Amino acid sequence: MGKTRRLMYLATATSALALAAAACGAPDDEGEGRGEVPDAAQDCANYEDYGSFDGETVTIFGSIRDTEADEMEEAWSFFEECTGITIEYEGSGEFEADMKVRVDGGNAPDIALFPQPGLMANYADSLVPASDEVTALATEGWSQDWLDYGTIDGTFYASPNSGNAKSFIWYSPAFFSDNGYEIPTTWDDLIALSDQIAADGVKPWCAGFESGGATGWPGTDWIEDIVLREDTDLYDQWVEHEIPFNDPQIVAAIEKAGEVVTNDEYMFNGVDTISSTPFQEAGYPILDNECAMYRMASFYGAMWPADTTVAEDGDVFAFRFPESDEADNTMLVGGEFVAAYSDSEATEATRQFLASELYHNARLQTGPWSTAHQGVDPSNATTPINELATEILTDPDVTVRFDGSDLMPGEVGASSFWTGVIQWVDGSKNAQEIADDIENSWPQ
Amino acid sequence: MNISDLTDRFGLLAVGLVAFAAVMLALYGIAELASRRNSNRLVATVFLFPALLFLVVGLVYPAVRTFIMSFYSGDGSKFIGLDNYAWVFSNDSALQTLINTALWVVIVPAVSTALGLVYAVLIDGRRGERVYKALVFLPMGISFVGASIIWKFIYQYKASGKQLGLLNQLLVWAGFDPVNWLNNFPTNNFLLMVVLIWIQVGFATVVLSAALKGVPVDIIEAARIDGANPSEIFWNVTVPSIRSAIIVVAVTVFIATLKLFDIVRAMTGGHHGTDVLAHNMWDQAFRLGNDGRGATMAVLLFALVIPVVIYQVRNIRRQELEAR
Repeated sequence: MGKTRRLMYLATATSALALAAAACGAPDDEGEGRGEVPDAAQDCANYEDYGSFDGETVTIFGSIRDTEADEMEEAWSFFEECTGITIEYEGSGEFEADMKVRVDGGNAPDIALFPQPGLMANYADSLVPASDEVTALATEGWSQDWLDYGTIDGTFYASPNSGNAKSFIWYSPAFFSDNGYEIPTTWDDLIALSDQIAADGVKPWCAGFESGGATGWPGTDWIEDIVLREDTDLYDQWVEHEIPFNDPQIVAAIEKAGEVVTNDEYMFNGVDTISSTPFQEAGYPILDNECAMYRMASFYGAMWPADTTVAEDGDVFAFRFPESDEADNTMLVGGEFVAAYSDSEATEATRQFLASELYHNARLQTGPWSTAHQGVDPSNATTPINELATEILTDPDVTVRFDGSDLMPGEVGASSFWTGVIQWVDGSKNAQEIADDIENSWPQ
Repeated sequence: MNISDLTDRFGLLAVGLVAFAAVMLALYGIAELASRRNSNRLVATVFLFPALLFLVVGLVYPAVRTFIMSFYSGDGSKFIGLDNYAWVFSNDSALQTLINTALWVVIVPAVSTALGLVYAVLIDGRRGERVYKALVFLPMGISFVGASIIWKFIYQYKASGKQLGLLNQLLVWAGFDPVNWLNNFPTNNFLLMVVLIWIQVGFATVVLSAALKGVPVDIIEAARIDGANPSEIFWNVTVPSIRSAIIVVAVTVFIATLKLFDIVRAMTGGHHGTDVLAHNMWDQAFRLGNDGRGATMAVLLFALVIPVVIYQVRNIRRQELEAR
């Protein structure tokens, strides 16, 4: 009996493990879009200025994992080899929580890659401000908009790492050209196009806000895109809470987003399925011409099914979210910031390297990635969508604003804003009601 | 890792072990001296000291500090009196958390104990009893997170196309539309409870089945001769005889339920109205960075567990008296 029972345990445990492994397994995208560190960046002569640090270790902690982390480590492998610094990178799926535990416990990493500048500002007391060298490199590399997000109370702390372009709408180039649809450049054009597609018997829009514990965030991006295009100053005031969340202009912006998002005439499968459709798969109906457009950031290029060609002349591609006022040129962005908890010389050298053109150019070529570093050549990007994103991000004429929910306090940006958006698309509350709820949840 | 790293670590370990042995020897020596003076109280104090020290450092101090923190603002900088407690009882989502926790601690212990008891009685003395017991006990061997992932697959939902989830595929075969189980409030709460019940029924069955074996056959025989029918025997003879085992099972499951974190975290992340106290405590303190509210949730959890612990301690004491 003892033996059978043990065997049964073993079988159950194994099957549970197998299930878990299947659920967590990363999509296998080896080969596609992968590149190598460019020859120029393999030469140790390029790294001489950083100095020599035999046996020193720098720990880096971030939210980037799996393939992306491997590609990132590859981009700095020659820096390690040539300077003698060992970089120990650790990626976490629970970055916010782990970061707090580590800092409170006196176990902070040397360098942290913060995906949210708002969260970074909470740790201002324990961070090491950027040195003059890092500041000079960053000023050379990024536009003022970006530098501002790495600045806390007038002190520059962190240079940006990657940059994502978020104001993108995905579409099928073939479907558009077959039907004579043109890419809209203004909001009015976008609505006119949506009406036209709907009249032709196809649902113009797809949407999906499901994202496990973070369900709702794709909806916050929708609202941010609209507010940003109403008025950049309004966007800043809204994010900084200089105006209340339920300001009439914000409520109007939510209602404007609702012209598309909560419009049953437009929405594939109906508005009531949005909150339960995973954002990763929500754009797939575009491939079958079941819907025409899907608003999602540039990183969605890596989420299409394996045999999809993502290019301007391929199966799917993206155009920029249209402006409300044609004269504007705006882009909602995301990305990480390189903040340091240690002032050791090896850490300083690593910070300088991570802010350098050398690193950003190399990283651009080790895998699908985009950056706002002015010094890189966008055509080095490994995929067409990342080339487009990098082109836009490095264009000094584009006004960029960071994803607002990442700048708001956690109680709002990572909680009540998400909940509000879900209630809004589920139809249980209207724009005014969710704005009131979110305003009430803003920490005093 | 190179050799010097290893020797460093094991060296440290060795120092630790030697220090531990030295402290133990010293204690033993002091106790020996004390016993020569023939003072029982002194011996007791000496031997209790290490345990007390650990209790103070590991339990009393954090508890007191948590209690104090619950009166401070999110970043711990401002004293705000009872504001955090006012928030718990006035904020909609915090209230929902309390209501959910109340539902969990009532439903899960009751249902798992009842199911376990019925199952134990049904299989008692039957051929293949051990196999039946093993079957229902198997889920106990799976971690909470593992079980959550298994059940997440069962509830999996897709708006259109092929269903991955067992439950929704059954619905589709029967000609219904698939349902997004985990997003549908309030049903989702009960679906999460199913997971914990699935795990705990095995525990209940095994403990209660063992208790059933201890019911003397002659009492049941006597009841039968007196003309009691099976249900009367069950309610008036069997259940009172194993009463203490039932209480132990119910209380154990109750405490496990109150501490529940993993299932909610892995299945819904506390969204869609499924949050419970222990998960919200973590969420407030670590993800949202509000230490004050997190501490408040911890204090409430503590307050809820105390009556059960007191009841359990009394119960054990009474049993000891009866046994004497």
